[in-house]
Amino acid sequence: MHSRFISLALLASALVLPPALHADEHGGGAPIASIEMLTGACVACHGPAGASVGPAIPSLAGLPAVYFIGAMLSYKHGQDLDAAEAEAASDPELEDVEIFARHGTIMDRLASGYTLAEIKAMAHYFADKSIALATQEFDAELASKGEALHSDNCEKCHEEGGRSTVDDMVPLAGQWKHYLHYSLADFHGGARGMPKKMKSRLEEVMETEGEDGLAALINYYASQQ
Amino acid sequence: MTTLTRRGFLKATGGIAAVGTIGMSFPQLALGGNKNVVVIGGGAAGAVAAKHIKLADSGINVTLIEANDHYYTCFMSNEVIGGDRDISTIRHGYEGLANHGIQVVHSKATGVDTDARTVTTEGGDSFPYDRLVVSPGIDLKWDAIEGYDMAAAEAMPHAWKAGPQTALLRSQLEAMEDGGTFIICPPGNPFRCPPGPYERVCQVAHYFKENKPNSKILVLDAKDKFSKMGLFTQGWERRYDGMIEWVSGTDTAEGIAEVNTADMTVTTEFGDTHEGAVINVIPPQSAGQIAQAAGLTDDSGWCPVHLDTFESKLVPGVHVIGDASIATGLPKSGYAANSEGKVCAAAVVAMLADEEPGTPSYVNTCYSLIAPDYGISVAAVYRLAEDKSKVAKVAGGLTPSDASDEMLAREVQYAYSWYNNIVADMFA
Repeated sequence: MHSRFISLALLASALVLPPALHADEHGGGAPIASIEMLTGACVACHGPAGASVGPAIPSLAGLPAVYFIGAMLSYKHGQDLDAAEAEAASDPELEDVEIFARHGTIMDRLASGYTLAEIKAMAHYFADKSIALATQEFDAELASKGEALHSDNCEKCHEEGGRSTVDDMVPLAGQWKHYLHYSLADFHGGARGMPKKMKSRLEEVMETEGEDGLAALINYYASQQ
Repeated sequence: MTTLTRRGFLKATGGIAAVGTIGMSFPQLALGGNKNVVVIGGGAAGAVAAKHIKLADSGINVTLIEANDHYYTCFMSNEVIGGDRDISTIRHGYEGLANHGIQVVHSKATGVDTDARTVTTEGGDSFPYDRLVVSPGIDLKWDAIEGYDMAAAEAMPHAWKAGPQTALLRSQLEAMEDGGTFIICPPGNPFRCPPGPYERVCQVAHYFKENKPNSKILVLDAKDKFSKMGLFTQGWERRYDGMIEWVSGTDTAEGIAEVNTADMTVTTEFGDTHEGAVINVIPPQSAGQIAQAAGLTDDSGWCPVHLDTFESKLVPGVHVIGDASIATGLPKSGYAANSEGKVCAAAVVAMLADEEPGTPSYVNTCYSLIAPDYGISVAAVYRLAEDKSKVAKVAGGLTPSDASDEMLAREVQYAYSWYNNIVADMFA
């Protein structure tokens, strides 16, 4: 029923918006595929409606659209962050999209297959879902320690224990542990870029707690189910 | 109190325009009541098509005819053969599809009357359809290799349809004494799951390395090249050096001519005879039998289809998806089957509503497990070529040959996630 509701909403917007947008880069003038068709490509790996059943591929459900678009553009342009920023800048609606370096396994091979219009469509589809809280094992002691670390270092931006998506903040709560681990390892190792504020907080956690601090945070986010 | 978020702002200012217009062709809004769709075959393509037709328009009566009570996925079955995975974890039921309102009929489809538009089953029942989706998978060509018939497959399993054959090959490997030779005979193109035989080599090598380190693996190939070849051979050298011998199609003269189950030997077209302790013959294949019976196959044994709808080029009103179809440009993989199922489902729903089918989009992602901490993949996005003659790759590629150990290990965890999610997409 949920998807029907969304499609009705989309139809309503279609009635007041200009006629068919065309896929410029690959589609040879063909109209872009339906949202079900586009996101059908995502969900066989990322889970039904973007709620991954794990254990490592992240859920997309509830990701803020600007975060999703930033990630996809970063994957799409590989190491060429300037090109990713230029594509984001080509669309006045995307002024809040921030581009950071990312190293994927397969997403950096797939993302260049999609136009900006398609990426935006996908982004809104997943942004309209509630965040997915994965059912997974966690260490309660570490989670408790992680809660304190989160509160001291992360809560200011990642509000509500990392559940909030306010101000386009990416939700952390309920994400799969493997993915959180990979992400933190990449942030710490420099393979993935991040805002300055986050970098200083992460360095602080690493200095005072080391790898155990990251494990505590991961278990805290995993404990929210 | 939060004010308008950026996300809300995007929506409010028409960030959604990109998707807005496509709503015009949304099949959900069609009045599809009382239309009948029959899907034959509840595998990687058929289950997805049935589910997505029903999800798109609950007014369509969807009947899934599937011979087996449970489906064993071919994907991850090599891990069962290698011993790291229990076969129960690749066994899935149809309750989830029934819960979506799909009528699941466990019987074998035996005939299709394409004039009367009915499907008959072994039980003698008849099912009318407005549109038929045939997802029959593959049939093995029992006449292609001398001596390799269904009885021979009990001595030399193919294990190319998951289930009892998977368990049989696993039990033979377990019973094999250390120092034996495992022979695997991959067929020529086209066949189901192009990287599958070579992942199987890895999984068996992994089992031997841990348990029977003096054993050898002989690959008698019908081809000179194979899927992910560079990555597989790199993995073999890195992890199983000296254990695996690969004989090219040139040196076998294109594969196996004859098997002898009494002697446990296979003879190549070139004339060389090899004895093995365990022998895995993967014979040439064609579209599943019901596709042949329904007149959906051409001289190649596979089913020509229109690539935007997967409607048969031979029989109007009938769609063919999955390994059985000639989906020019797409591999015969589980994920491509999933993608075909979705393209077909959208087309069927639109066509039943007398609407133009929307623009298709195709994707493939295929993982292979070289070792428990070593995964590789190929992934691609495709679009229909302008002349509709093929599905053209617009992005994609392989795991880089210089990928770090960390990234190779991540690919294993992503492969497991891929598996769990594609299964949920099919059956949940």
